[in-house]
Amino acid sequence: MMNLTLKIWRQKDANDKGQIVDYPISNISPDMSFLEMLDVLNQELIEKGEQPVAFDHDCREGICGTCSLYINGRAHGPQTKITACQLHMRSFKDGDTIYIEPWRAKAFPVIKDLIVDRTAFDRIQQAGGFISVNTSGNTQDANAIPIEKENADKAFDAATCIGCGACVATCKNSSAMLFVSAKVSQFALLPQGQVEATDRVLNMVKQMDEEGFGNCTNTGACEVECPKGISLENIARMNREHIKATLV
Amino acid sequence: MSGILNSSIGRKFAMALSALFLMVFLVMHVSINFTSVFSEELFNDLSHFMGTNPLVQGLMQPILIVGVIFHFVMGFVLEAKNKASRGVKYASNSAKDNSTWMSRNMLLTGIVVLAFLFLHMYDFWVHEMTVKYIEGDMSGLKDPNIAESGFRYYEELRAKFVDPWRVVFYSVCFVLLALHLLHGFNSSFQSIGANNKYVKGLKGFSKVYSIGIPALFIFIAVYHHFTH
Ligand code: SF4
Ligand code: FES
Repeated sequence: MMNLTLKIWRQKDANDKGQIVDYPISNISPDMSFLEMLDVLNQELIEKGEQPVAFDHDCREGICGTCSLYINGRAHGPQTKITACQLHMRSFKDGDTIYIEPWRAKAFPVIKDLIVDRTAFDRIQQAGGFISVNTSGNTQDANAIPIEKENADKAFDAATCIGCGACVATCKNSSAMLFVSAKVSQFALLPQGQVEATDRVLNMVKQMDEEGFGNCTNTGACEVECPKGISLENIARMNREHIKATLV
Repeated sequence: MSGILNSSIGRKFAMALSALFLMVFLVMHVSINFTSVFSEELFNDLSHFMGTNPLVQGLMQPILIVGVIFHFVMGFVLEAKNKASRGVKYASNSAKDNSTWMSRNMLLTGIVVLAFLFLHMYDFWVHEMTVKYIEGDMSGLKDPNIAESGFRYYEELRAKFVDPWRVVFYSVCFVLLALHLLHGFNSSFQSIGANNKYVKGLKGFSKVYSIGIPALFIFIAVYHHFTH
């Protein structure tokens, strides 16, 4: 069993200034998940009549991208290729101090405590992250279009992005390039995506810029912290697509 | 083409193009300088050619100046925009776990290189421009009235490296240029969209380039200091 000191960002609402508050917590089992540990803390706070810590979570198995915690200076905590909900307390030691903060970016304003507003990502998706297909009953079998294995695999890898925003949170420039490039690439690599390819990349990048995300300087931090291992190659592909769409 | 600088990717692309251009220029510059180590005559001839050739002076020099200014101004603009896009800072941030020091400090290394450029311009370029275009002496000779006096470039170069502090400052600046290039070289290829198995092969070369070119510049300065 472990005793820990949690330093958690508390912020009443979007207008509150917010601050880090210390919470000592004891009897934490190394087998608990990180979010279960927060559940324990919240139960204690509720029993004391205090406001529980608000944090985002849904699937708790690394597929929905909802959890979004900056733990000890790392997006989704100290392990790589996992989300915060997949992190376990065995990654920490008895007596540790753990900082827990929300994603930080102008484009992701804090709603309450550790919950940020990520609808900027939705608006980027709506600007072009789709293909237009006829679904009126005469839909073609997807397998009727042959696709080479290498591209199918790359498109699939890009499509595994869960839209968590860790890439933005960890980037020193708060750039959303890894997310947007994954969404652009998953279609750019497939024949079905070609029809709207030009508009897609132009519109999605335009929306990304309007939302106030920063400019990518290729530090590569996003790729390291992305729970799905989305590759920087996607950013290069998006750059190519965008340059082609602008210049040609 | 118009409005390319209005998008984040356009700005990144333009930044990378100016970087690639400057990296080609560095190769040319160090190659000419290096001749001073083994041949006074060759260095003098090349310097005179570069200093008086209308194509170099009228076309390449202005492009270079615009390229340098663009790269610096854009660097500052991007840094300001990027700072503004964060807002509240993290209380605890462990950036060293996911990115290199070089990649996070391009502004710092860039500013030192800029400071160096000012000294460099003061040392050589302002002097050249004054002699050639204000005093009107295009001869490149030590004494413009005596043809046998020989070209002045080699001696002027050596004179600059007598002062040990100047050599130290030059060397420190080139170390920072190396750090700048260690991130910038690969970064510029990524920015123009070149990231595939061929470009990955450049990674090894990028280290040789980024350390080799500044090291040669330092070697030249130190060589002239100690052989003067
Ligand atoms: S690219 Fe990775 S870090 Fe960014 S939103 Fe997608 S899954 Fe999350
Ligand atoms: S809660 Fe769904 S990925 Fe973490």
